[in-house]
Amino acid sequence: MTQAELRLCSLLLQEHFGEIVEEVGNSLLRTGPRPLRLLVGDTGLLPDQVKKALCVLIQHSLVRYEVQPRGCVEYEARSERILRILRYPRYIYTAKTLYGDPGELLVEELLLHGHLSMSCAVARVADRLTETMEDGKTMDYSEVSSTFVRLADTHFIQRCPMVPANPRSAKAPPPPAPALAIAEKDMYIVPRLSLVGKGKRRHSCDEEEEGEHKAKRQKQEGGTSKTPPDDGIYWQVNLERFHQHFRDQALVSAVASRMDQTSSEVVRTMLRMSEVTTASGASHTQPLSSNEIFRSLPAGYNIGKQVLDQYLALLADDPLEFVGKSGDSGGGTYTVSILWGELGVPRPETFPSSGTVFGSRCARIFRLLLRKKHLEQKQVEDFAMIPAKEAKDMLYRMLSENLVSLQEIPKTPDHAPSRTFYLYTVNVMAAARMLLHRCYKSVANLMERRQHEMRENKRLLEKSQRVEAILASMQATGAEAAQLHEVEEMITGPERQQLETLKRNVSKIDASENQVDETIFVLESFIESTMKKP
Amino acid sequence: GRGRGRGRGQMTFNVEAVGIGKGDSLPPPTLQPSPLFPALERRAAPLPGGEEGEYMLALKQELRRAMRGLPYFVKPGAPRRDIERYSDKYQLSSPLDSAIDWNPDWRRLPRELKIQVRRLRKGRTAPLVPKQHVTLDKEETIKKLESLEKKEEEVTSEEEEEKEEEEEGKEEEEEEYDEEEHEEETDYVLSYFDNGESFGPDSDDNGDEAVY
Repeated sequence: MTQAELRLCSLLLQEHFGEIVEEVGNSLLRTGPRPLRLLVGDTGLLPDQVKKALCVLIQHSLVRYEVQPRGCVEYEARSERILRILRYPRYIYTAKTLYGDPGELLVEELLLHGHLSMSCAVARVADRLTETMEDGKTMDYSEVSSTFVRLADTHFIQRCPMVPANPRSAKAPPPPAPALAIAEKDMYIVPRLSLVGKGKRRHSCDEEEEGEHKAKRQKQEGGTSKTPPDDGIYWQVNLERFHQHFRDQALVSAVASRMDQTSSEVVRTMLRMSEVTTASGASHTQPLSSNEIFRSLPAGYNIGKQVLDQYLALLADDPLEFVGKSGDSGGGTYTVSILWGELGVPRPETFPSSGTVFGSRCARIFRLLLRKKHLEQKQVEDFAMIPAKEAKDMLYRMLSENLVSLQEIPKTPDHAPSRTFYLYTVNVMAAARMLLHRCYKSVANLMERRQHEMRENKRLLEKSQRVEAILASMQATGAEAAQLHEVEEMITGPERQQLETLKRNVSKIDASENQVDETIFVLESFIESTMKKP
Repeated sequence: GRGRGRGRGQMTFNVEAVGIGKGDSLPPPTLQPSPLFPALERRAAPLPGGEEGEYMLALKQELRRAMRGLPYFVKPGAPRRDIERYSDKYQLSSPLDSAIDWNPDWRRLPRELKIQVRRLRKGRTAPLVPKQHVTLDKEETIKKLESLEKKEEEVTSEEEEEKEEEEEGKEEEEEEYDEEEHEEETDYVLSYFDNGESFGPDSDDNGDEAVY
């Protein structure tokens, strides 16, 4: 784990779960898996606080536990999962584009709570949707349930590992921690529930009191009213599936930019057909025959079979090898190459930083080196059509940043410097890792800057919140416009401007964080898939 | 050694191969660490806007705000004051115990993590239930009236409530009705009590002015 990753994890935990959880997470990340009492000793927190923090972290799958042979339980932080917190908005937005508002809220609730049972999730989402509907209307559970089932069928959500169900004999002492497990095939099976009901709207004033009192009465009457039918079955978001979706999106847009809209639609169809049949980490989709592709094309695209075949041939012949031809049965079978290969998709997108940081000419040199692998100084100048002096300067700057490296090729066995070739080359993996490290550092810096801005203006923010609260209560009691205006005047003009500036800056920083996270995704996927290559 | 001082600087390899030609001046040696904020040579590309970007931005800010309110956001306990202050009685303190505010499924967690919840008030559930309706109506009204901030009625309802509390003699729902509990000791309404701490900076400003 690099320092940059550690710092970023730390900031993410602190922002979303508070400082106590941050302390515990930090300790686990920096020192490795440890049992509870060592953790309490290292963090200096109260044992109860540490236990609470661990419960929160385990609930959100950020920490896992393992029973050691000697009987104690060790906790280990999952750094890569913590970094995913950055990507939550993207997951939620994707769910919205695919499954609409119920889908969006389901994914959001599951992310906010770590894992939930289906009945709980459906109830919460129905309530939230009912809030936003017009008076008198409520959201029925059935619609939310059906969206839930669709999410499970397309593997966007999955079941959590379950507590072992086999009853133990009373003699054997219970293990210190349950061993949770789930079979692959059970992961997406939705329990047969008949969830009947409608979303409840939060009533105002008097009715709220009744509702509260009823709930209190229920609580006092002995805890849980009745165990829900799907007790023990919890669901969580399947992040890998979302990543697969993002990758497909990137592929499709790359095809679209390289060729035309129709070919990108063809590739999109092929990918959609193989969504659930492709194992994660596979380099190619399953072969699809062109007949199948033809049948699955979206309704709007009425291109003939011949035209489709032509498109497929074009795609297969393309040097970037998006699509490969794997056979001739059924009119020709094709696969989509989804590995971020050496000649793969993300490279033009992946290294825009060389363009923005060093300039577009540097980017040109960089792309040249990527394609030609090894070039001498003179050749670089010639191919890139850049004057020698500038080319030298750019190369050295990239060299000092470790984006390019020098390779020596001796002409003579004694490696005499005057008789050796010095070739510039790009070591793609090293460059990718270096860029990724920089990305983590950037996001951490952005977050710190944002927190700094909020801290600097804390007094002003609190004041504006108070004024808003006063305004709201006054409006509820029906004050006149003059009185409202007077209260608004409590925030002076310059202060208002300061607030505006603050809001704009914070929004800009937030948007930048989202942007950098996109780059992080591409780089991480690239590194991960390249390392998996046999 | 040989070559020292003669020529600009002799390297073991042919510098021309790397591109430094004869007569070119090398940059001066660096004598200090690089500046903290190096000058930006070119502006960064503008952020992509658009509906998607805007929506994700709103989502991000909303998520941050929401997570602060969830029980998973572990707040440190209230710091112990060195001296007991008068205003402590009137401040609504957060629950000091370290009990978990949400109910995890304990079957899925290691046993050592289970915190024993202090059962202060749970024992009283039985006698409370039959009398719920009567008292709760009154306190419901009190709550409603309080939120509308009608002073006179609050005072009268408080008196009634005080009598009832004395009659029944039990603490009901401390967490929910902390305000009333405090108030039963005084005639003053808590929400009107302002201990002046929140107006710190303003009062400081006034203090700077000379007093004639």
